[in-house]
Amino acid sequence: MSTFDQVANIIAETCDIPRDTITPESHAIDDLGIDSLDFLDIAFAIDKAFGIKLPLEKWTQEVNDGKATTEQYFVLSNLCSRIDELVAAKGA
Amino acid sequence: MQLEYFQLIDRIIDLSVDEHRIKVEARIPTTSTVFEGHFPGYPLMPGVLLVEAMAQTSGWLLVAMNRFERMPFLAAVKEAKLRNFVRPGENLDIAASLTHEGSGYAMTAARISIGGKLTCSASLTFSIVPFPDPVFRDQMMVCAKQIDFPAEAIAHG
Repeated sequence: MSTFDQVANIIAETCDIPRDTITPESHAIDDLGIDSLDFLDIAFAIDKAFGIKLPLEKWTQEVNDGKATTEQYFVLSNLCSRIDELVAAKGA
Repeated sequence: MQLEYFQLIDRIIDLSVDEHRIKVEARIPTTSTVFEGHFPGYPLMPGVLLVEAMAQTSGWLLVAMNRFERMPFLAAVKEAKLRNFVRPGENLDIAASLTHEGSGYAMTAARISIGGKLTCSASLTFSIVPFPDPVFRDQMMVCAKQIDFPAEAIAHG
């Protein structure tokens, strides 16, 4: 199963969002309406599923400082790329 | 336990930062204005305050893990179970353990026992942020001393 499929399944189950409405282009906040508290449950499930620790604080700080956009982290295709990077870094 | 001040923990019995667990004790006061309304003629410890007691217990563990540099705020309560009535004067043994440490948040499992019998349990989520005010942090340090917070628990590492 691809990273995207795993993440999409997690979001569908955690937030009760129909799986077929979740696409790689979906923005978790703007398109799927996931709030910060619900995203903690998603982060928890992702952390567990992939054996990583999503750096939410770092990402939030970068967005607040204008050094990154929410799209870089919360559009699902980008989120999955970040997850793949973290998984690869863990195994390095 | 001082219900009116929301100080629900009397004493830390055991705290292991390395093992991510804590045990505390708390005694429900025999009298309180809370019991005048909850309930007239049949005083019971409100369930939300039992959940709060589990949250405060977890909070002391998380504050210790963060060496009093960051403060946990209760963000979610899941699977809260209140199995029996809890009455004024009863002694609570409360335990909590870390179930997940994320980036800026943490999850715990907490339980209350009375006389060795499991009475309440819950899974709790906390948002963990820098102390928003130094006075707040100082007050937490004062409160820590009052409940026998073991300074040695965070003295190394």
